[in-house]
Amino acid sequence: MNKFKKITLDGLIFQNPTFMLVLGTCPTLGLISSAFSSMGMGLTVLVILTLSNVIISLLRKVIPDAVRIPCYIVIIATLVTFARMFLDKFVPELYESLGGFLALIVVNCIILGRAEAFANKHTVVESAVDGIANGLGFTLALTVMGIICEFLGKGSLFGYQIMNFSIDMLAKPAGAFLVYGICIAVFVYVIDCFERARRVKANKLARENLLKEAV
Amino acid sequence: MGTFIAIVLSAVLTNNFITAKTYGICPFLGVSKKTSSAAGMGIAVTVVMVLATLVTYPIYQYVMVPLKIEFLEIIFFIFIIASLVQMLEKIIQKVSPSLYGAMGIYLPLITTNCAVLGVTEMVIGDMSAILGGASMNIGWAVLYALFAGLGFTLVMIIMSGMREKLNYYKTPKALAGFPIAMVTACFICMAFTVFSYISL
Repeated sequence: MNKFKKITLDGLIFQNPTFMLVLGTCPTLGLISSAFSSMGMGLTVLVILTLSNVIISLLRKVIPDAVRIPCYIVIIATLVTFARMFLDKFVPELYESLGGFLALIVVNCIILGRAEAFANKHTVVESAVDGIANGLGFTLALTVMGIICEFLGKGSLFGYQIMNFSIDMLAKPAGAFLVYGICIAVFVYVIDCFERARRVKANKLARENLLKEAV
Repeated sequence: MGTFIAIVLSAVLTNNFITAKTYGICPFLGVSKKTSSAAGMGIAVTVVMVLATLVTYPIYQYVMVPLKIEFLEIIFFIFIIASLVQMLEKIIQKVSPSLYGAMGIYLPLITTNCAVLGVTEMVIGDMSAILGGASMNIGWAVLYALFAGLGFTLVMIIMSGMREKLNYYKTPKALAGFPIAMVTACFICMAFTVFSYISL
């Protein structure tokens, strides 16, 4: 059970694909001007990542090592084609707002990266958990930044107008870069603070134990 | 002539791949620490974009549309790009080892570059806003890919120049690395926003 906890925490926080590894930046920067489309993108990637992780993990003993990357790309491209048809049919407004970035999920580094780094070495269940954790990490990061950008840039949240005042620049790629950069800095800083606090505590405990032993 | 100017202005300035569409951000942030490597990467991406469009556009128009298999475009395109990059790598290695030494390391990275797949997807989509009255054909498609690649190279070189200058200054610890690069990119984007007021 501890193993699954570690995989989940890694995907969500310590190896968060958006903030810690800075992967899949193109859709992030292109879509965070609207909270709806960024959340939709995150959920689409979550589903595709989980399915591709499961399939690649199932086939990990079948795929020859020399041609593994083309095989992964074919699997991912097939899944993206399915996702595109599904969204076009059932969620047309999301299909419209994602635009070109829907096809570009194929070259999203997160999916290929997880396939290469995790799914081809681990069991199916572990790969599925890893896919869900990483996908959720990506979705949460995108949604948070989407809310910030949309609220400040357009004065609305998920399409509902809230305030009349807005900074136009933040709803454009320039603002996306700014918000993304500041979010990475804050995230890394907070994690750093926690790590430092934990280390100080551990040091203190160790010193107390030493003192006790000495006495 | 009007269409030519519209394509050049749109691809390089108003709809620049990095500053307006945010395609190809991974090499933009990853390989922009030195001007020489940024220029090499930009040129390599431009070459692959032109070649990829040259191959995928006719295949889409003359093979996939008549056979009604347009829905397979993603699988076809990514495979064509991947094999094209592999082929280009082998050819350059054989013909000019010195060029391979300068450019070879960037080539494998280009397969998973959004800009290449993005441009091949764009030229088969709706481009009427840029073309005006003219209809899309392979000449315009390749021209668009060429100038989009040159626009990408331009922004890469500007970014690498700014990052080289940034090395002389002390950045706060939390901002070091990617965050400061993103803030730098923000300023480049703001500068390029001015061009979006050009109406074609």
